[in-house]
Amino acid sequence: MRLRSGVFASSCLLVEVLGVALFLRGFFPVPVRSLPRREARGDPPAEPAPPGPGMVSNWTKIPPPLFKKVVVVLIDALRDDFVFGSKGEQFMPYTKQVIEKGTSYSFIAEAKPPTVTMPRIKALMTGSIPGFIDVIVNLNSPALLDDNLIWQAKTAGKRIIFYGDDTWVKLFPKHFVEYDGTTSFFVSDFTEVDDNVTRHLDRVFKREDWDLLILHYLGLDHIGHVTGPNSPLVGAKLREMDNILKKIHISLLSKEEASLPNLLVVCGDHGMSETGSHGGSSAGEVHTPLLFISSAFEKRSDPGYEHFKIAEKSHANWIKLYLEGNNSEILLNLGKKVLKQYLEALKTLSSSLSRQVAQYDMYSMMVGTVIIMEVLLLLFLSIPKALSSRAEFEVPLSLPLFSLLFYLVCLMLCAVHVIVCTSAESLCYFCSMSWFTAVGVMMLISALMCGILSAIAKIFENSRLPVKNPVVSSSGWSEIDVLILAGTVGHVLSLGASSFVEEEHQTWYFLINTLCLVLCQDLCRNNFLLKEYDPQHSTNVKQNFGEASEYKNMDIPAADNSKLGKTISSAEFIRGSDKWISLASPWIILICCRLLRSLNQTGVQWAHRPDFGHWLTSSEHKSELSFLAAVSLLMIFFLVQRRCSLVSKIAMALGLLGVYSYRAAIGNVIFPWQHDSKDISKGITEARFVYVFVLGIVFTGTKDLLKSQVISSDSSVKSTGLWEVYSGLVLLAALLFRPHNLPVLVFCLLIQTMMTKYIWRPLKFDAAQITIMHYWFGQAFFYFQGNSNGIATVDVSAGFVGLESYVEIPAIFFTAFATYAGPVLWAIHLLCYLSSEVSRNSAAVGHGCFCYALMRSLPVAVYIVLVTGLRYHLFIWSVFSPKLLYEGVHVFITATICLFFTAMDHNHSHKVQD
Amino acid sequence: MKEVEIRRLLAANLLCVFAVILTAVVPGFFWEGFTVLGTHLAWLCICSVCVGTVNVILHLVLKPNHSPKRSSFAHKISRFLKCCIYFFMSCIIFHAIIVLYGAPLIGSVTETFLFSVLLSTFTTLQCLCMLGPNTHAWIRVFSKNGATSIWESSLQITTVCSILGAWFGAFPIPLDWDRPWQVWPISCSFGATFGYVAGLIIAPLWLYWNRKQLTYKSR
Repeated sequence: MRLRSGVFASSCLLVEVLGVALFLRGFFPVPVRSLPRREARGDPPAEPAPPGPGMVSNWTKIPPPLFKKVVVVLIDALRDDFVFGSKGEQFMPYTKQVIEKGTSYSFIAEAKPPTVTMPRIKALMTGSIPGFIDVIVNLNSPALLDDNLIWQAKTAGKRIIFYGDDTWVKLFPKHFVEYDGTTSFFVSDFTEVDDNVTRHLDRVFKREDWDLLILHYLGLDHIGHVTGPNSPLVGAKLREMDNILKKIHISLLSKEEASLPNLLVVCGDHGMSETGSHGGSSAGEVHTPLLFISSAFEKRSDPGYEHFKIAEKSHANWIKLYLEGNNSEILLNLGKKVLKQYLEALKTLSSSLSRQVAQYDMYSMMVGTVIIMEVLLLLFLSIPKALSSRAEFEVPLSLPLFSLLFYLVCLMLCAVHVIVCTSAESLCYFCSMSWFTAVGVMMLISALMCGILSAIAKIFENSRLPVKNPVVSSSGWSEIDVLILAGTVGHVLSLGASSFVEEEHQTWYFLINTLCLVLCQDLCRNNFLLKEYDPQHSTNVKQNFGEASEYKNMDIPAADNSKLGKTISSAEFIRGSDKWISLASPWIILICCRLLRSLNQTGVQWAHRPDFGHWLTSSEHKSELSFLAAVSLLMIFFLVQRRCSLVSKIAMALGLLGVYSYRAAIGNVIFPWQHDSKDISKGITEARFVYVFVLGIVFTGTKDLLKSQVISSDSSVKSTGLWEVYSGLVLLAALLFRPHNLPVLVFCLLIQTMMTKYIWRPLKFDAAQITIMHYWFGQAFFYFQGNSNGIATVDVSAGFVGLESYVEIPAIFFTAFATYAGPVLWAIHLLCYLSSEVSRNSAAVGHGCFCYALMRSLPVAVYIVLVTGLRYHLFIWSVFSPKLLYEGVHVFITATICLFFTAMDHNHSHKVQD
Repeated sequence: MKEVEIRRLLAANLLCVFAVILTAVVPGFFWEGFTVLGTHLAWLCICSVCVGTVNVILHLVLKPNHSPKRSSFAHKISRFLKCCIYFFMSCIIFHAIIVLYGAPLIGSVTETFLFSVLLSTFTTLQCLCMLGPNTHAWIRVFSKNGATSIWESSLQITTVCSILGAWFGAFPIPLDWDRPWQVWPISCSFGATFGYVAGLIIAPLWLYWNRKQLTYKSR
């Protein structure tokens, strides 16, 4: 089967879209988290439901409980180092062991001052930060009326038992089914207060008629007040507390049934200062331990945690050595070792963290990747043929060997599929597809593989023959070719670094700036040196034309020279004034790019910098914005109208007027005669008015295109038609863009006009080079619009222009078009340009389409491989996956554009054959 | 003959490399707290001045392009003034290009300008020494196969290397490593300097390897 390169490229892209979709489906699996975790996340918001009778909770049903019984042990003045520090190790061995080995989550809680018992209890139960006024009422505490945990628990029907400080009983007078308050007035009492609590425990744990048990131990606080934190009494008290915790924990574990686990919460209401008092905000006072102990928390066997413990131990050794005044080699080496251990531990911790968060459907991802890589390989292998002057090649579909291999590969893939799908424990999208589709995809994969193999075989066959095929030496490469190749490769490689993904706009701006400078150099040489240039260079350029390389090496000056040498001198070729404009044009383009760059700051690192866009959109600069928008619309009209038919011109003018009145209607800009801000509407009428003209212009263009295909052989009709389609899209973009972005559109048109007239035409680049330059500018304009690789910059408001309410399909279409307007407009312009160049190179459109497809598939394929490799990277969700979505959508849009290209190309070739 | 010339070229270039290295080391002895990173602007000034001086002196001593006709004193003065103007213009042009590449227009003007002075020293000053304020000669030298002596080939190589170095030097700026050398314009000026030094070393070696193939047509 013979295929033209345009058709081939578009079909490749379509297959690639399939691959990308499959990959994305595997990368973003629908159930991201397992079920119990989601419940755990859903639980907390249920509790602070408003308590007042007037307010109604929007939670209609009570979420299922996670724990059967909860015991809260509040130890007054429990400082964090009493548990986590050396004292804890010494006096609370059981707790320490539970923290390190058992099933618990431990935190250091920070208490907000005033660190006094009553406000702290309030804070713990309500989740609010206490005020200093609470200190005054610390002793005489009225009942707590705010929403709080105890109240919620009571209304949920939980039975609460409380033993301990009677502040609780005052705060929650009617909440407890059973209580025994202990007054904290006698500070010198160290043992009675706690025994008074503990004596109930044995009895309570034999009963089953409670859900929440709160114990408030006061002894430690009293010891602190009297003797300070370093007294031996503290140790004894801590040991007592440890025994109590052990008792509670064991009895909770023994009561546990299969149904629901129990929870033990250990916390302190505040710490104590070095003198033993509390109330202020010193580190000792505000830091308290917070432990959640339950068998529901799965045993922690994280290697990173273990590493961290080891590193901590060596760190302690290091500090010991350091304090001993040891400055020898040992200290240095130990320090290095500690650093290494810490880094290793951090690495393991971060990777295990991302492993917990991210669950990928690897099988679908692999299938998608395989498809994309095969397509890319196929595109690469067909470069020489596709860019030849005929721009068409044989696609072998029915070789005998082909079929055998094909079936073998198919069979193998099916076997793999069955094995993977039967053994997979997690959800897999590709497995859940119907067999028919899955087999179809597998056949596609094997067909692509056979295609690649046959292409490789053909290349070997060709290379074995001693062909004249002159391998292009690198010396024949012009600067443009080198830059294009280096830029493409460099950009693709840069996608592996998260910073370069975040700041991808910098890469493109840098590349197009360099491109402009190289073009400037080319122009200089073209203008100044043509006469002096010796024609020995242009020997085999003509034969080489259109062969053997993606970047065909038309040595431009040489080609020009060989042509011009016969008849005219360069001075006549480019007339005086034109010559200077031509020389100045790269600089004007550079200045335009610089202005656009400061219009929208984007990216991450420098996004906060002030830019023109923000200045214009601020409300006090409305008149400036109006002026700018009006001038921009006027400029758009002048730049677009020159190649339109009369009807479209009028439609365009009216449409642009409509755009301005739409923006005035929704209050973005003002008319000069209207000073008072009148009521703001949604501008539905104005926007629809513009849509009518957009459709009208596009329709006229399409009609012309059809006419050129069916009846006339006049290529001017076709180019007018294309240009009309293009101008319709420009009008649509003008409507959807925010008003401060209208200059982007103006500069886009301006740069395209200048490039066409003064750079591409005189320098006679070939289709591949032109395509790549268009692609680069398209990418740069994507970012000039203010887009970035983060999801936040997508302008969703574009989806609501002219719509009363959210309608899915138009909204998606408009948003996508507004986001990708830069690349799309440049691509359509490329088509316009190439089809006007058909007289010079009949296969230009096909080459353009092929190069465009290649330029798009290369970064996508590499990026997908990179993302698969980096899937446990720390920034995978914040940086890499948004970019992946952007790339996916871009592939889809490019596939559409390439189909359009192919349609245009098809028309043309049809005509030529006739 | 050619080998002798190449040896002279090598000596001259090594002197320049030596000068660049000295600028990074020597001021530390006189000036407490001088580091290339910390007091980068000062280093930029010192490096530009030193490399410029060394270039001019080398040019006066070696006289690579012995012009046959003797020119009058007034002619020399006008040539010198022209050179100064060209140098200044090249600084301005480099500054403009750097701003077009995205350097801030108003903020950090000093940094940008000193960087452009450094670039001009590495590129334009050499050209001015070698070719004089002669636009045609410049265009000739910087077009393909335009060099007429090993000195001009060396000029081509060092100039291109310096500019390429500065170009590559911009790469690390967007990375979020927060290193002191990522601050504008340090990485670029380092890139330019390394490029220049590399060019100075590469040029004689390249000429030496290709001495058989090289044929310069006389003017």
